[in-house]
Amino acid sequence: MKFVLSEEQRMFAGTLRRLLADAGTATIVRAWASGDHGPGRELWSALAEAGLFAVAVPEEHGGAGPLPVELVAAMEEVGRAAAPGPYVETLAAAELLARSGDPDLLPGIAEGAAMVSLAVPHALDADAADTVLGTDGKPRAAAGGPVTSLDPARRLFRVDGEHPAEPPAFGVLMCAAQQLGVGRALLDVTVEYAKARQQFGRPIGEYQAVKHHLAGAMVELEFARPLLYGAALAYGTPEFGRDAAAAKVAVSEASYGAAKIALQVHGAIGYTDEYDPSLWIRKARALHSAWGTPAEHRARVAASL
Amino acid sequence: MDLEFGAADEEFRAEVRAWLAEHVPAEPLPSLETEEGFARHREWERTLGADRLSVVSWPREHGGRGVSVLQWLVFEEEYYAANAPGRVSQNGINLLAPTLMKHGTPEQLARVLPPMAAGEVIWAQAWSEPGAGSDLAALRATATRTDGGWLLNGQKTWSSRAAFADRGFGLFRSDPESERHRGLTYLMFPLDAEGVTVRPIGRLDGKPAFAELFLDGVFVPDADVIGEPGKGWNVAMSTAGNERGLTLRSPGRFTAATERLVELWKERADPSDTALRDRVADAWIRSRAYRLKGFETISRDDDIGAESSLNKIFWSDLDVALHETALDLLGADGELESEWLENYVFSLAGPIYAGTNEIQRNVIAERLLGLPRGAR
Repeated sequence: MKFVLSEEQRMFAGTLRRLLADAGTATIVRAWASGDHGPGRELWSALAEAGLFAVAVPEEHGGAGPLPVELVAAMEEVGRAAAPGPYVETLAAAELLARSGDPDLLPGIAEGAAMVSLAVPHALDADAADTVLGTDGKPRAAAGGPVTSLDPARRLFRVDGEHPAEPPAFGVLMCAAQQLGVGRALLDVTVEYAKARQQFGRPIGEYQAVKHHLAGAMVELEFARPLLYGAALAYGTPEFGRDAAAAKVAVSEASYGAAKIALQVHGAIGYTDEYDPSLWIRKARALHSAWGTPAEHRARVAASL
Repeated sequence: MDLEFGAADEEFRAEVRAWLAEHVPAEPLPSLETEEGFARHREWERTLGADRLSVVSWPREHGGRGVSVLQWLVFEEEYYAANAPGRVSQNGINLLAPTLMKHGTPEQLARVLPPMAAGEVIWAQAWSEPGAGSDLAALRATATRTDGGWLLNGQKTWSSRAAFADRGFGLFRSDPESERHRGLTYLMFPLDAEGVTVRPIGRLDGKPAFAELFLDGVFVPDADVIGEPGKGWNVAMSTAGNERGLTLRSPGRFTAATERLVELWKERADPSDTALRDRVADAWIRSRAYRLKGFETISRDDDIGAESSLNKIFWSDLDVALHETALDLLGADGELESEWLENYVFSLAGPIYAGTNEIQRNVIAERLLGLPRGAR
């Protein structure tokens, strides 16, 4: 029993974290939201080069995976940076195609050349993606124009055809990992703000009312993380679907809770579009219901008990 | 990273499970918070101790079997799954023993630990005073130097187990000029000594399980001072850290309670009541989170320190929510005496004792998040 990341796994996540931090994602997010995919594509390629997509693709198709633990660690970093693009969707597509679909796309995914979106039920960034798939692994066509998300960096498109009620568990896990990163980023930036921002002549972080909000957010986030890794280790077992659903419930609530506290502690500046935390606050709510709402996943967990 | 139990762990689990199946009383014991129940639980401690199962992770010379922390977690899972009796020795085992192992003399270890492990001496904690609860450093009970030892005077209160236990341990102000954390001494003392008056206090459940202690010139020999006189605060803090870590509430307690909650839900719940269903699912998810976090904690090499405050808040909130859900599933029967109700009332103390959750949130904010200390 060794339920902590190995040295290699920590190094992999650390590499991605530095790469994403150096990229200055806030600017990339705003460009992406306005339809300029260039900087986001560059970041995508850089992450591919660092091995992000390769660890989702089986060896026989040009990858080194699937390695769910590494992917959870990686997606937390993608979420922490609020990197725009269909990361969850492409990783989920890789798993789906390796399992049951047409493997032709896999080498392209592994090297970062293929950006894939999935209809769950809307297709994220279908305008940027090279391919749009249904959750059956079959190609789909985007129908009509985009629908507008609360998070403008999530460009969603309606897709033709039927949608299964249950999103694939692998994508659920990837989405949850991304959410954890979003929540942690919000907690960290809010803690820094509470140290610096003064009211009534002292930093607001001195007040217990503020401290207790932030401590509560930390508790929820830190106890959600083990569920992610527990689910990653259950990949390939009958419990995987249940465990991914459980992780999504806990992380969704923790991450969205952190977003609400971030907004409250930042006050009006947090409500301001041009101030960066808004990018994370909106994403936290959007991801709350993406890949299944907490209510749907709770019902899934309950059905398995 | 893995969640695999080794062959030795599985073997140990099977052994513990078989032992519990053979020894756990078929009828639940009377509440350990009553005189009769206390005596019956003391007997149970002796049964456990006789087969070296009362403190499995302790070294053999102290009465344990020297198993790993992981195997202790396994033991706890099996113990709670078997619905074995509550541990009347827990104050001594969880609070005093770790302090002794860190700061005690060889003589103290040899004298105190084996009888504790065997259930022969039951210990009560004596931390709080009427004016010193969350602000423990405000305590005023004194220890005054005398020939060969100390004389204790003052009052302790809300002392768990003290109504029926044999001995107590706590902090006393040994330097009358001192303030706050300085000049305190950590002492062990007999509850039946001359000068000790024990007055049981009824709790929220009406049971006289904790007590206030009036100490009037109680003699304690030097041999019962733990660590250096005057340095009791530092000695005690190692106990507090332990209390807020995994030892106080092992994950097995919650995974077992959740299994029973799920059974209750299947028996009792109206299938259309999705709100209750969701609360059952949340209890399951959160007890699983606590279990996995426990495995993470024991997989790490570093001292978790202030991170134990995260645990304290999480398990105490989980305990309340889980038992509230059970009472709601019981409907109108929820207010009637039952094991669920007893555990519910006990859960309500969780956010209060071992450092209130408000104090824990301050610790998290200041020591883990780095926020500035400020006016309370």
